This record gives sequence, structure tokens and C-alpha cells, in this order.
Amino acid sequence: MVPLSWYLILSAILFTIGAVGVFLKRNVITIFMCIELMLNAVNLTLVAFSSFYKQVYGQLFVFIVMTVAAAEAGVGLALVISVFRNRETLDVDKSNILKL
Amino acid sequence: MLKVIVFAPLLGAAILGLFGNKMSERLIGLIACSSVGVSAIAAFVAFSKLLGVQPDSGGVRRISETLFTWISVGTFRADFGFVLDPLSGVMILFVTGVGFLIHMFATGYMSHDPGFWRFFAYMNLFMFMMLTLVLGDNFLMMFVGWEGVGLCSYLLIGYFFTLPSAGDAAKKAFVVNRIGDFGIALAMMLIFYKFGTISFIDKEGLVGVFTKAATMPVEALTFSSLWAGGLTTIAILLFIGATGKSAQIPLFVWLPDAMAGPTPVSALIHAATMVTAGVYMIVRSNAIYAKAPMALTIVAIVGALTAIFAATIGLSQWDIKKVLAYSTVSQLGYMFLACGAGAFTAGFFHVVTHAFFKALLFLGSGSVIHSMHHEQNMAHMGGLKKYLKITFATMGVGTLAISGFPLLSGFFSKDEILWKVKSSPILPSNLGLILWLIGLVTAAITAIYMTRMMVITFFGEERFRNNHGSHDGHHGDDHHDDHHSHGHGGDPHESPLVMTVPLMVLAVLSVVGGFVGIPEALAEKIVPHSLHDYTHSFYKFLDPILTPIAASPGNVTGALAQDHHAELMSTVYSTIVALLAIAIGFFLFRDKPLMTMPRLLEQKYYIDEIYDAFIVNPLKSISTTVLWKVVDVGIIDGIVNGLAKFVGFTSRLTREFQSGFTRSYAVFIFVGAVTVLGYFVGYLVFNALR
Amino acid sequence: MEKVFFIIIASLSVAAALSVVAQRNTLYSAFSLIGLFGCLAVAYITLQAHLIAAIQVIVYAGAIMVLFVFVIMLLNIREEELRVDRNRLLIFSVPLGGLLFGLIYFGLKNFKIDEIKGAPVGTSEAIGQGLFSKYLLPFEVTSILILLAIVGSVVLARREKDGDIEDIEDDEQVVKVSMAEKSKVEETKE
Repeated sequence: MVPLSWYLILSAILFTIGAVGVFLKRNVITIFMCIELMLNAVNLTLVAFSSFYKQVYGQLFVFIVMTVAAAEAGVGLALVISVFRNRETLDVDKSNILKL
Repeated sequence: MLKVIVFAPLLGAAILGLFGNKMSERLIGLIACSSVGVSAIAAFVAFSKLLGVQPDSGGVRRISETLFTWISVGTFRADFGFVLDPLSGVMILFVTGVGFLIHMFATGYMSHDPGFWRFFAYMNLFMFMMLTLVLGDNFLMMFVGWEGVGLCSYLLIGYFFTLPSAGDAAKKAFVVNRIGDFGIALAMMLIFYKFGTISFIDKEGLVGVFTKAATMPVEALTFSSLWAGGLTTIAILLFIGATGKSAQIPLFVWLPDAMAGPTPVSALIHAATMVTAGVYMIVRSNAIYAKAPMALTIVAIVGALTAIFAATIGLSQWDIKKVLAYSTVSQLGYMFLACGAGAFTAGFFHVVTHAFFKALLFLGSGSVIHSMHHEQNMAHMGGLKKYLKITFATMGVGTLAISGFPLLSGFFSKDEILWKVKSSPILPSNLGLILWLIGLVTAAITAIYMTRMMVITFFGEERFRNNHGSHDGHHGDDHHDDHHSHGHGGDPHESPLVMTVPLMVLAVLSVVGGFVGIPEALAEKIVPHSLHDYTHSFYKFLDPILTPIAASPGNVTGALAQDHHAELMSTVYSTIVALLAIAIGFFLFRDKPLMTMPRLLEQKYYIDEIYDAFIVNPLKSISTTVLWKVVDVGIIDGIVNGLAKFVGFTSRLTREFQSGFTRSYAVFIFVGAVTVLGYFVGYLVFNALR
Repeated sequence: MEKVFFIIIASLSVAAALSVVAQRNTLYSAFSLIGLFGCLAVAYITLQAHLIAAIQVIVYAGAIMVLFVFVIMLLNIREEELRVDRNRLLIFSVPLGGLLFGLIYFGLKNFKIDEIKGAPVGTSEAIGQGLFSKYLLPFEVTSILILLAIVGSVVLARREKDGDIEDIEDDEQVVKVSMAEKSKVEETKE
């Protein structure tokens, strides 16, 4: 049986990679993907706990997180398209003023 | 009823102030005069009512009206209320009466002035404030009126605001008066601190200041009592206020300059009513002064010194209004001298008679100035009696009255003051005698300079002809048919009826005004016995409001008080002095009207220069160097700019965080998350280690 | 045996995650992310959360990532230029990332629970029970969230009409648009 802490540490590694990716990447789509990565790392923790405690609620929570992630991706990508249409770029450092 | 007296002029002022600029002069004059007229009639009615009122336990007749409670904080209560008692009754009679006459005069004097409506709006406002001052039933109400008349005085002195001199005079009057007002304000606070009330009279739920003061012990005749915070301190602070408003040493300097205002203003505000407010206040507060012999002594000394000081300056002035201004200062000194000697009613009697003859003299001078086309320098007048018959006659009466010519009003009041000073039981040792001597000399000087003014103006060579001929092309042309020949030469002409009628009324009052207050010793000799009640009615009427004053220890003059023979002798002295002085003045200046006066007097003892050198200029330089350049620029601006710089500095620092780069925001969120996480992990580690 | 399997899965997912960050081509990042999601689905299966594993594959790897790939292809994004030297955030982010990992690691490495006996809970029956009874309200709220997201995406991604072009202050943009129109006109002429 794999110990719980292994799952947790895997989750920590993935979360950190995702977080560092958010800082390092300038491409807004990659940043989005890194955020998805972080969400998945957290999901892993939740599922692991749920499974080890034999409680279903953690998995319910994952279900909701996935829904939120889907909504976020929908809106976020719409934003990306909108910004790209006006600026011809996906570099977040170039869209640092609050106007189109 | 009291409401009507006070608010009628306010209504007039409001109408004129708001709509006056669209009205004709006739309508404005009508509104202004009728509002004061209503007030005057109401005052007479109220006064006659007062005579029918049953005196209270203290023997004082009193009508009081409380409109509402104005301020009520803790135990402090100030009502918006009026009180009519013998003192305020007499005061409102002559304020409204003389005020009405002066308003009437002014409709003639001010005609064709572009600011006609403004002038009368101010005048009516002044009447409202003055009546508030007089009728107010507590110190705060009186103070409201006190400040209000100061404001109106400022507005009216600066009435010709295009002239720099008028503006300067207005500012001077205002600032000097503020110095005195500090005294009043402090006195009010001290009164509340000491008595827990500021009401003049006993009312439901309120005990009057004077009721309480009357039960207090007499304070010692020492200098230390001046700043001990007791009744003497209150009395002195009130007197400081009075020196400002009533132009006494050292704050008299504004009154002569105040002559920059129109002449009716000088007559109403700076002769008859406002400047006597200080005397009114001291008479009103006599219960406090009765317990403060040191304050009384100072009042008497200051009054006497002002009287003689101003009289000597008056001797040398060439501006007809300046002569009258210094004369006013001098006469006010007399009133304070009387108050200081404990003869409050005598002082107040002089207020009344002075209001009559000084208003008369000022209006007369106004009539002269009007007919001379706003020429005020007496050196350019002379020989006017031929042209201005009514003015000459009435002013002559006024001059005789102020000089103390027997049986005229000034004679009775001045004589009473001199006698009361000489026989004062209150002044320490024989100070009364010295002050009496000063008063007598002042009376002589007064007679001389008033006669000089009359002689230079109305007798002798017609000096105005040369003067006008030199710069006027219409030399020699007569303009008898041209009623208002402003800007033209020619013979001076008598003023219209609207101006001469007030003169005549005031002249009659100046003659008969004294008959209600003939001194007892004199009355015994010259008045039939059956009339004694009337000839002494002024004193009988006012005496109940006085608090008895204990004699001063070591006083030597008080013994005279009951000696009728000595009193008669004193009367004889002053009569002789007055007649002699009038004669000297007449013959001296008839021959040499343009006689040069001592330079020291012409320059008014250099008082203005001294004040400039020792007070005004140091203040200015302190203001410029310290207050402006150090305190304002350095400290206040420094704090403000420093704050701005500090905010700017911190903003520059924090601005770095608001870069607009999304990823740096992410880093901040991340740093926050790590910090929170670090806290929890640290907590775990810490617990594990324990 | 299980441990070895876990280690293989774990190393694969870490490799995929690193690839997501390291790839310069966005499309490759997206494919790496799909791989990562697959690995995680396997990990969920080892945890006996079968329904979540299935959803992970269908919704995440399927729907969401397809959306990403769609957008990437649609926008025709060039490769990122190499600008590491100008990335001043690097000096912050790598130590910060290390710090974060360290903290999580020290917080969780000794986390143990006593083994709880019982049937596996990840069945669709159990999840359905929870979702439609006790957690009905959050479920419904989630549906509203999705509705909002749909409306929001439509509003944001809607192409502006030609009439609104004046609103855009960017001169370059206007010039470009007018140039495009000109070329269109020329094309029709030809």
C-alpha cells in the first residue's frame, strides 16, 4: 500500500512546478495551463485524503473544483481571444495598462 | 412691545438691504425713518407703561420679555430676552428719539449719494444692534449688540469705501474696538465662572449677576485685587471693553479717525449713542463696581485724564468734525469720571444731555459742511452766520450747552458731575479734589475750544470766497435759485427743512433737557418748592437700580457730601469758569481766528506716531519676520509640504508594487501564501519541539 | 509492487509537469498537460476513485484541453522568444518555489493516519448520493456559475461590429483595419 504522504509530496511537487511556471512564463495560455496544473495538484490531495479517510466528500469537492476549472477556462480563454484581437500578443507583460 | 422696539429697525434694514437698490430715494428715506419712528413710538409707549409698573422688592420698576432660551448648556443659560428698567428705559428714549431725528436729517444730507439705500440699511441695522445692546437682559445679549454696533460702525466709517482714508479709519476703529472686546469676552467668562449666571435680572430658574454681586463683600483697595480674579478683575475687564467702545485712554485713537464717515453717522454713532455704550454698561454693572473700589478709582482717573487730554487736542484742530470728535472723547471722559466717583446717575445724566447737544453740534456741522460743498476745514470758512441763520442759532445753543452756560442742559449735568467728584466718599483720600480740579480745567478748555469753533466758522472774514475763487470759474456768481449747487461757487445757502427741523428740535432738547436733573442744592434756590419732584425726577427715577457703595477708608472729601453751601459754591465756581472761558475764547479768536496752535497739540501729542512706533510697527515686523517667514512659511507650510512630500515618498515606494505586470501581482499573492503557510508550519515545528 | 507503480506514475507526471513549463511551444505544453492529466487519472484509480478518474479524462483531458488546443491553433501563436536574461522574476520565483516546496514538504512529510477499514468510497453511487442530497445547494450554485461563464465567454469573445471600430483609440489598430479594408476592396476589383 502506498503511504498517504507520498501522494501529498507528489502533489506538493506538482503545485510548486505550477506556481513557478506562473511566474516564469509570459505566455498567457501557458500561465493558464500552469494554473490548471496547480488545481490538479490540489485535486490529487483531496482525492488522496478522501480515499484514505474513506469519506466521499473530498471527491465531491474535486467534482466542484473541476466545474470551476472548466468555467474558468471558458471565460479565461474568451479573455485571451479578446486581448489578442486588440493587441496581437499573448505576452502578459505587454498588457500592463488598463485599457485596450 | 419691547420686540417691536428692537425689531422694527431690523425689518427696515432687511427691506432696504434686500430691495433698496431698486427704490427711489423718497421711498428709502420713508422706510428708514418710519422704521425708526415706529421704534421710537413703541419706546415711548413702553416707557409710559414702565412708569405704571409696580416696583419690585428692590424698588425697581421692570418689564421683561423672554422670546426664547437661546443657549442652554449645563448650568449656562442665555435667554434671548429683553428687559426694560429705568436705565434701559431712559437709554432707549434718547436712542430712538435722537436716532429718528438723525435719520431725518440724513435723508437731506445724503441725498443724491449713489449709496443712499446702503447707507440707510446700515443705519437701521445699527439702530437694531444698539437697541439689542441696551435692552438685552444678559451679558451675552448685550455683547451681541456690542459687536453689532461695532460692525455697523465699521461699515459706516468705511461708507465712502473708495477713499483710502475712510477704509483705513474703518479698519482702525474695528481693530482697536476688538482689543476692548477681548476685555468684555474675558469679563463675561469670569462672570459666569464667579456667579454661575450671566443674566442681568432675576428670572424663573435664574438668579441675576447683580443680585449675587450685591451680597458679596467689598474688595480691598489694592493693586493686587486687579488680577485676583474677583469682582475688581471683572470690573477692570469690563472697563477695558468700555475704553475701546467709548474711546478712552489708551484706546481712544479710533474715534477722531472715525470722522471719515458721513456726518450723520458721526452724530448718531460716534457722539450720541454707540460711544456711550461703555458708560451704559458700567452703570448697568454698578453692583459689581460698588464692590470694587480699586476699579472705580482707575475708572475715575482714566476718565479725568482722557477728558483733559482730549480737550487740549480739541483746542488745536482745524477740521470742524475733528474738534467735535475730540470734544466727544473729552465728554465721555467726564462720564467715566462721574462713574468712577460713584455718581453713576450723574454720569448717565450727562450721557443723555450729551446725546442732545453733541448730536445737535454734529448735525449742525453737517449742515455747515453740506452748505460748504463738503468743505470741513474751518480755515476755509468764516462769516457763515449771515448765510446759515438757523444752523448758527442752533449750534450756538449747542455750544453754550456743552460749555456749561447756566441753566442749559450741559450746565446741570456737568455741574452735578463736578460736585459729585469733589465730594466723593468713594475715591481714596483726597483724589476727588484733584480730579475735580482737572474737571474744572477741562470745563474751561471745553468752553474755549467750542467757542473757537463757533467763532472761526461763523464770525469774521468770509475766507471761503478766496478759497473757492482760486479754483472755480464761477467766481462771484450767485446761485440762490439752484437748490443743489454742488460743484459751484457762490454764497453758502441754508440747508433744507428736513435738515434744519432736527436741529431745532435738538436745540430745544439741549435747552430743556437738563431740567429733569437739577441738583438738589441748586433747585432749592431757584425752583419753586412744588416743582422739586419734577426737577429731580431723573435721579429719583434711576436711583433704585443703584447698589449702595460703602465709603472708602481714609477718604477726606466725602464729608462735604451733605454740605449744600459748599455745593452751591462749587456751582458758582464752575459757572464763573465757564463764562470766563467763553469770553476768552470769543475775544481771543474773534481777533485772530487763524492763530497757530502749539505744534504738540496740533499733532495730537504724537499719540498715533507713538502707537505706530511702539505697538503697530513692532507687531508688523514680528508678523513679517517671525509669524510669516518663520511660523507660516517655515512651520505651517513646512508641515503641510512635508506631509505631502512624505506621502509622495511613500507613494513612490509603494508605486513599485503597482507595476501593472500581472506576474508580479501573482508573485505578491504567492509571497502572501508562503507567509501564511510558513506561519502554520512554523507553528507545527514549534509545537513539535516543545 | 504498488509502490513501484506509484513511483513510475509519479515520475511520469513530474516529467510532464516540467515539460509544461519548459516547452517553448505552447502546443507542446498543452500536450504535456494532457499527459499529466492522464497520469493523474491513473493515480486516482490507484486511490480507487474511479468516477473522478473517468471525469478527469473526459472533462479535463478531453473537453478543457481541447478548448485550449483550439484557442492555441486559432490564434496561431509563434514560439516565445528566448528572453530569460530579461526575466527578472526568475531570481525571485525559483527560490520562492523552493521555499514553497520546502514548507509543504516539512508540513506534510510525516503526515500519517491510521488505516481505516471499509469499502472504497469513490463509486459513482456514493458520489451521486452526496451530490444530490447533502450537497445539492453547492451543486446548483455550480450550475449557475457555469451559466455565468457561458454568458461571459460569449460577451468577451464576441467580435465587435465594424461600426464600433472608432471606439478603438489605438492608431495602429485603426491603420491596420483600414489597410485590410483597402486590400479587400482591391481584391474585389481584381
